[in-house]
Amino acid sequence: MRAEARRIGLLAPAMLTIGVLLVVPLGLMAIISTLARGPSGGIIWGQHSLDAYVQFLFERDLMDRLALNTDYLRIFARSIGLAATTTALTLLIGFPTALWMAFQPPSRRTLLVFIVTVPFWTNLLVRNYAWILLLRDGGVIDWTLLKLGLTSRPIGIMYTPLATAIGLVYSFLPYMILPIYVSLEKIDRRLIEAAYDLGADRRRALFRVILPLAMPGLVGGAILVFVPGLGAFITPELLGGAKSMMVGSLIQQQFGQARNWPFGAALAFVLLALVLLALMAHALRYRRGAKPA
Amino acid sequence: MKGAGDLWRFRGARAVAYAVLLYLYIPIIVLVILSFSAGDSSLARWEGFSTRWYGVIVEDGDMMRSVRNSLLVALVAMTVGTAIATMAALATARTRFRGQSAVEALIGLPLIVPDIVAAIAILLFFVMVGIELGVTSLMLAHSVFTIPLAYLPIRARLEGLDPALAEAAADLYANPWASFRRVVLPLIWPGIASGAMLAFIGSLGDVVISYFVSGPGATTLPVYVFSMVRVGVTPAVNAISTLLIAASVTPLVLSYLLGRRFR
Amino acid sequence: MRRIILALAASALPSLALAPPAAAQSKELHLFNWSNYMPPDLLKRFEAETGIKVTLDTYDTNESMLAKLQAGGGGYDVVVPTGPTVQQMIRDGLLLKVDAAHMPNFKNVRKPFDNPDFDPGRAYTVPYMWGTTGIAYDSAKVPGGKIEDSWKELFEPRKEFYGNIAMLKDMGEVFTAAAYYLGFDQCTSKPEEGQKILELLEKQKPAVKVYNAEGSADRMGNGEVAMHLMWNGAFHRAHKKLKTAVYIYPREGVNLWGDNLAVPKGAKNVENAKLFLNWMMDPKNAAEASNFTAYNNAIAGSDAYLDPSLREDPAVNTPDDMVSRFRPLRDCGKAALDLRQKVWTRLLR
Repeated sequence: MRAEARRIGLLAPAMLTIGVLLVVPLGLMAIISTLARGPSGGIIWGQHSLDAYVQFLFERDLMDRLALNTDYLRIFARSIGLAATTTALTLLIGFPTALWMAFQPPSRRTLLVFIVTVPFWTNLLVRNYAWILLLRDGGVIDWTLLKLGLTSRPIGIMYTPLATAIGLVYSFLPYMILPIYVSLEKIDRRLIEAAYDLGADRRRALFRVILPLAMPGLVGGAILVFVPGLGAFITPELLGGAKSMMVGSLIQQQFGQARNWPFGAALAFVLLALVLLALMAHALRYRRGAKPA
Repeated sequence: MKGAGDLWRFRGARAVAYAVLLYLYIPIIVLVILSFSAGDSSLARWEGFSTRWYGVIVEDGDMMRSVRNSLLVALVAMTVGTAIATMAALATARTRFRGQSAVEALIGLPLIVPDIVAAIAILLFFVMVGIELGVTSLMLAHSVFTIPLAYLPIRARLEGLDPALAEAAADLYANPWASFRRVVLPLIWPGIASGAMLAFIGSLGDVVISYFVSGPGATTLPVYVFSMVRVGVTPAVNAISTLLIAASVTPLVLSYLLGRRFR
Repeated sequence: MRRIILALAASALPSLALAPPAAAQSKELHLFNWSNYMPPDLLKRFEAETGIKVTLDTYDTNESMLAKLQAGGGGYDVVVPTGPTVQQMIRDGLLLKVDAAHMPNFKNVRKPFDNPDFDPGRAYTVPYMWGTTGIAYDSAKVPGGKIEDSWKELFEPRKEFYGNIAMLKDMGEVFTAAAYYLGFDQCTSKPEEGQKILELLEKQKPAVKVYNAEGSADRMGNGEVAMHLMWNGAFHRAHKKLKTAVYIYPREGVNLWGDNLAVPKGAKNVENAKLFLNWMMDPKNAAEASNFTAYNNAIAGSDAYLDPSLREDPAVNTPDDMVSRFRPLRDCGKAALDLRQKVWTRLLR
């Protein structure tokens, strides 16, 4: 009973802040998604319709019949794919980095946590501009390769999926590295020594001892990269050439030039539902896996 | 004990880590160099050395105000968000209780909602309730959005820690606060520090929420920079970014070096 | 419950009565604008001449400015909306009538800017900068250096430009340019015309390197692309770096847009705002703004103070024979917008 009271006390600030400052406003948004749109954007209170949700999958053809429209599904799929790729790549290079950090002398570790985040004290736009200067035809990378005699013509990575990946992985790296680092840093080293004593090789120690212990960090990092990655669009558009739309810009557009707040809100709720379902599914699996066999 | 140290070195890991550090700092080097450009755009080729953009930012009162707003909001949001997140993580880690999934989904919610939707929703709410739009309203909104950023690393840190330690500590010290401060806090400190750093850069980088939830005089630096697109972003932004980096790194490097010398 | 409300109201009343009539005394002006869209030195001069302190807050697009005010954000004294946005703001009751036409300096306003469709009789707004959206290309890339003055060059590009074209990432600009080329009205809401526009844009898409509205001056000036759908002020900056760059006003029609100074409802310093609006119609001040932004203004007599490089740039100082190609941007209705949105989403799906 005391544990229960303690838990409620500890959770109260989080529940209250998020509840009042986000859930209640989102309730307003939910209402907006069922309202009629105003002539100059905004909404008309009191006029209800579910058009916004119908519009996600269907459009009215010339004869005013509903026809399936997969445009929005394709945009959703693209963003999900991009977020998944970004998560995989940040994991791939973030994990070894975190491992290395965790095994540095204690005095250096705090400094490293800082070093990993300092680049992000700079402005997002000029950081992306720096990438453009590096990647574009005749840019810094091209120029260097040319001077070194490694290439004879522009390598042409600007405005390709590769450029998008370079930029996105870059902006999400600390969100992957740090959670993994903190879960690795606490590992009782005697455990690993014991593994070695028992004749485990390096690979075994990594997969049997270190990886399972790092799991909470991996999961936390994956959430911190994947979920915001779904909404990312500034970096992909600047570096990728914006020839295909992302969910983030689609939603932004509804509150901007398209003047369709209800549809923008509906899109956001569809996204929200998808992510929540995925998280729930994961939580169920994780819990089942966590039970002793 | 030399051998024991070697056990920890996964050679591949070091190579990757060095490459990652290079990756993180290459664009920053470009950005810093360009802050000394004589040209008038931060997308332009090098057009000769000049410190004029540092002069421009000193003169630009509106930009300096936006920097101050950004730092102030980020500091408060980091502190509030990290404190709330630490408490929540202490409640959810290493335990199972009814409704836990719902609680965790709620904590993750600020991460999931697209920021334009959250921004307009919060703005509508503030207007409806009558909260004046300004730096304070920004701090409130940002605090909410930093909670999951700080929560996930702290939670990862707590997971797998020996619960017996806290219990032993509770026996040792009369009040729970003392046992928390003496035993639990040092153990989870790296998690809190990491979470706080992520919360800080999360708040510092936000554009959309800062734009909608601010009032007159509360424009933040990212909003100011994004609003330059009409006539082009100038190297003044590179200059201010360089100064921010310098201001953040200098004390830390100094303390690290001094710490080494006098140890 | 009622007693509590009454008590609260009673305690609040005296403080209301004691509050000073703020507008009359305050020496402040809250400007809501793009960053760098007014020269800082000009604002400093305004402060020195009037003793009014200017505070700048910023937005990145007309649409985000509008959305913020529609959601109830505000407290700004002067905003800078483009023509069609002015129309929406008037319709939504977001602007305050300032009767600009009767301000002392209004006599300086050039035709046709003195009586635009979006604000007949200038009841609400004062003109600031204006510009056009045309085609910029690198004349060094084509034999003879000349191309047709038609949107055809952009939408059905010759091989020299294929794959080297940048478009603005702006639904309105891209859609209307295509509409002009096909001979449609900018506000078309006919599905079959939308279909033709979509087909044209889809056919053009492989020739496009990037859709982006930011950094266009550098993209063109650095030679990253050889052709650009472009705002003329950005072209002026690009031309400084790339002397072979040329700006054309396609004969099928060119968007003419104008930014305006307006006072939003809820402004706290209305008198200061009006003073500022009038002050900005002074030829010298307008010219100083033009020299800074590289866009033209609507004030007669400002030419004398204009940088020669601006005055002599046909992209900024439009030759008289090109004026007939101007198509002032209008606020199109919901049906037209939905069609645009459909075409745009399908193009980039």
